[in-house]
Amino acid sequence: MATIANAPIAERENYLNKEYGVGSWLFTTDHKRIALLYLLSITFFFFIGGFFALLIRLELLTPASDLVQADTYNKLFTMHGMVMVFFFLIPSIPAVLGNFLVPLMIGAKDLAFPRINLLSWYLYIIGGVMMLHCMLTGGVDTGWTFYAPFSTAFTNTKIVEAGLAIFVAGFSSILTGLNFVVTIHRMRAPGMTWSRLPLFIWAHYATSIIQLLGTPVIAITIVLVAAERTLHLGIFDPKLGGDPVLFQHLFWFYSHPAVYIMILPSMGIISEIIACFSRKRIFGYSFVAFSSIAIAVFGFLVWAHHMFVAGISVYAALVFSLLSYAVAVPSAVKVFNWTATMYKGSIHYDAPMLYAFGFLGLFTIGGLTGLFLAALGIDVHVTDTYFVVAHFHYIMVGGAVMGYLGGMHFWWPKISGRLYPEGWAKLAALIVFIGFNLTFFPQFILGYLGMPRRYADYSHMPEFQILNVFSTAGSTILGIGYLLPMIYFLWSMRYGKPAPDNPWRAAGLEWKTASPPPTFNFDEEPVVTWEAYNYEELDAPHHPHKKEVPVAR
Amino acid sequence: MFNNFPLWPERASTVAGNVDALFIFLILVSGMMTLLVFSCVVYFAARYRHRKGVLAEQIEGSIPLELTWSIIPMFVFLVIFGWGAVVFFQERTPPRDATEVYVVAKQWMWKLEHAEGQREINELHVPVGRDVKLIMTSQDVIHSFYIPAFRIKQDVLPGRYTTLWFRATKSGTYHLFCAEYCGTQHSGMVGSIVVQEPAQYEAWMNGGPSGPLSDTGQQIFAQLGCATCHRADAQGRGPNLQGVFGSPVRLEDGRTVTADENYIRESILDPGAKIVNGYKPVMPTFQGLVSEEQLNALVAYVKSLSAAKAADAAGKTASTMQNSNSAAPGSQVE
Repeated sequence: MATIANAPIAERENYLNKEYGVGSWLFTTDHKRIALLYLLSITFFFFIGGFFALLIRLELLTPASDLVQADTYNKLFTMHGMVMVFFFLIPSIPAVLGNFLVPLMIGAKDLAFPRINLLSWYLYIIGGVMMLHCMLTGGVDTGWTFYAPFSTAFTNTKIVEAGLAIFVAGFSSILTGLNFVVTIHRMRAPGMTWSRLPLFIWAHYATSIIQLLGTPVIAITIVLVAAERTLHLGIFDPKLGGDPVLFQHLFWFYSHPAVYIMILPSMGIISEIIACFSRKRIFGYSFVAFSSIAIAVFGFLVWAHHMFVAGISVYAALVFSLLSYAVAVPSAVKVFNWTATMYKGSIHYDAPMLYAFGFLGLFTIGGLTGLFLAALGIDVHVTDTYFVVAHFHYIMVGGAVMGYLGGMHFWWPKISGRLYPEGWAKLAALIVFIGFNLTFFPQFILGYLGMPRRYADYSHMPEFQILNVFSTAGSTILGIGYLLPMIYFLWSMRYGKPAPDNPWRAAGLEWKTASPPPTFNFDEEPVVTWEAYNYEELDAPHHPHKKEVPVAR
Repeated sequence: MFNNFPLWPERASTVAGNVDALFIFLILVSGMMTLLVFSCVVYFAARYRHRKGVLAEQIEGSIPLELTWSIIPMFVFLVIFGWGAVVFFQERTPPRDATEVYVVAKQWMWKLEHAEGQREINELHVPVGRDVKLIMTSQDVIHSFYIPAFRIKQDVLPGRYTTLWFRATKSGTYHLFCAEYCGTQHSGMVGSIVVQEPAQYEAWMNGGPSGPLSDTGQQIFAQLGCATCHRADAQGRGPNLQGVFGSPVRLEDGRTVTADENYIRESILDPGAKIVNGYKPVMPTFQGLVSEEQLNALVAYVKSLSAAKAADAAGKTASTMQNSNSAAPGSQVE
């Protein structure tokens, strides 16, 4: 084994150097290559969405609508939301890290349906190109929420085109979910029982269920919006006999669970990182695993908490408030278990762990402010204000993106075969954490003061300016924090030190194959005889390499 | 710029204090939870940092601990839920004898009409210490009526009424925002709530030109010929409207509904939707024939017919349909 490990990296055949040329990428069915295709595409959309965000923050630096006009501002926050939600956050972890790791972690050669996996990337790209075309030829100004009847009867922007883009990209999400569910059920290596699955897999399983059951509902909703807009079928517009609140029910029936599509995979990553860098089995494995499923199930029952002031009955509001607290319990359980995992651990402070610390801090604040919003009496005051904006950014950016970056650092050696520069990575983690809090914490205060969201101009209330200045300042720091990893990851692909197969001495099948892995992941089918997170065996001073693990040639 | 830097919103309604109290409670609870988690993380991270030769101690988990940190938060959550619900029901239950103001929202302005007849745009005058109920609808898209200093907000929908109520506690001028994104000039759909001492308010009221809203409604009622069928006796082709508002109505299909603002509105715009037991579906729709403002006036008129009935019950002068109109606004102004 020693000779193999020391062989020069160029001589080992892996998924990256097996074939070259554009065709070998565009027609690949290798889940790892498709993951990289996704990585490129979502990074592209992340920076587009981020650019919009920066323009929004610059406009809000002063109360008057001076940098851009109100119409442009309205399009900016709409496109920021649509791009970030549908073309970055929802595909981010599942389509990149999930795609890459799900087969590796369960000891499979590939996903169950490799061609469908490629199809899902093409659907994403088609949707993405449609969205770009829509943005370049005028864009949309409804907010990413598309509320009717504004979207169906009043705005003259490109609703149908944007809707179709999301419709197509939605199928990409459904197919990824389908692929994961089948793969996790059918393709686990011998001995990889459900109770031995890494928590990353449990999280992706729960996510996939939401993608499969939720996404069709947004697809239907988009079709109904398009039908009302083009054919004047009365569904949502009261002038045609429709009900605008029905739209909100349908929209949030998907879009609330969609938040869990973003955060659950991130939670899966955090479980992996905390276990590895504490050198411990995760505390309360089965509670963490089942809390993912509980979140996925309860997540479908809380959608109307977005609608407490929308004109639903007080009794409906009561039920949805109660159910929202029910979904908070499994989230809290996860945080407590991660914290307890560190107890009596042997904690290393490598960059992925710093991102995990960042996640814990930001997700805790994001989750706790969710308790404020679920409280009916408070929601009436703070809904549709910056309090909500701050809350969901703490979850979806603070939580989900922090986890995504942590995961990218953790598995980068496996993905690229190179080590990233550790010092820069730690610095970036710190910059992101500081920049994030400076950007979004002032928005909680702005929200309670009553500043409504989606305001291009706040010259009637100049008292809100100072907090907005803080927020804008923070966003530039945050922008630098997000640019840094992109730069040093790219740098490391050429100049980074070659990565060993298991640089973190981590548990998990993905670390038992080469870095980068060969095309079919393992040279022989692995047989699993150990529990997940068997750090005790890995760290034992003279552990007797009893059953040697399969590695690449 | 730095002398105007508030961190807490003004408190100017009866519910505002209750919302703030719950908010402060939540800050304390979540502050404690944050402190607990953060100090554990920091302590563990420092205390159990990697040392050469020291191995992590493997711990499987602990069911008692899992139950503890599931059940205790659950109880805390239930307390928050209950408290939040109590405040919400207070916010959502208008007192019976509130002064009424009709609100029509449109892109991008607020049109307000007092039951007494005064009309305002993007500004609402109200007295300190009196319950005010807003009956709101939109002419186009969804808007949201939001007064941060009162801690209240309600979406305003096209095609139906939603209501909101408050009692101001402090005179002053407060922000009125549209909180639901409604198109290009959404951020321009702002105004002010002017809360005045009762004497000033009366002076402002008397400056207005027009008579009560229900009088306008009565005129429209006559112009549209409603009175031909909705007669004051039982001989009309339509039900007698006296005393209908606020009471249960038995429908053709056996259901019983309460005649509220939305019911009156629907009966005018979509008369076939709910047919009163014993009557034929002969009424034509008035959809497109009456504006939102006229509709509000009609609703105010129908309501005034019941205010007279309430006055009857209180032992006051028996009122016919005609003189009930003058009784109605009186009972609303007090």
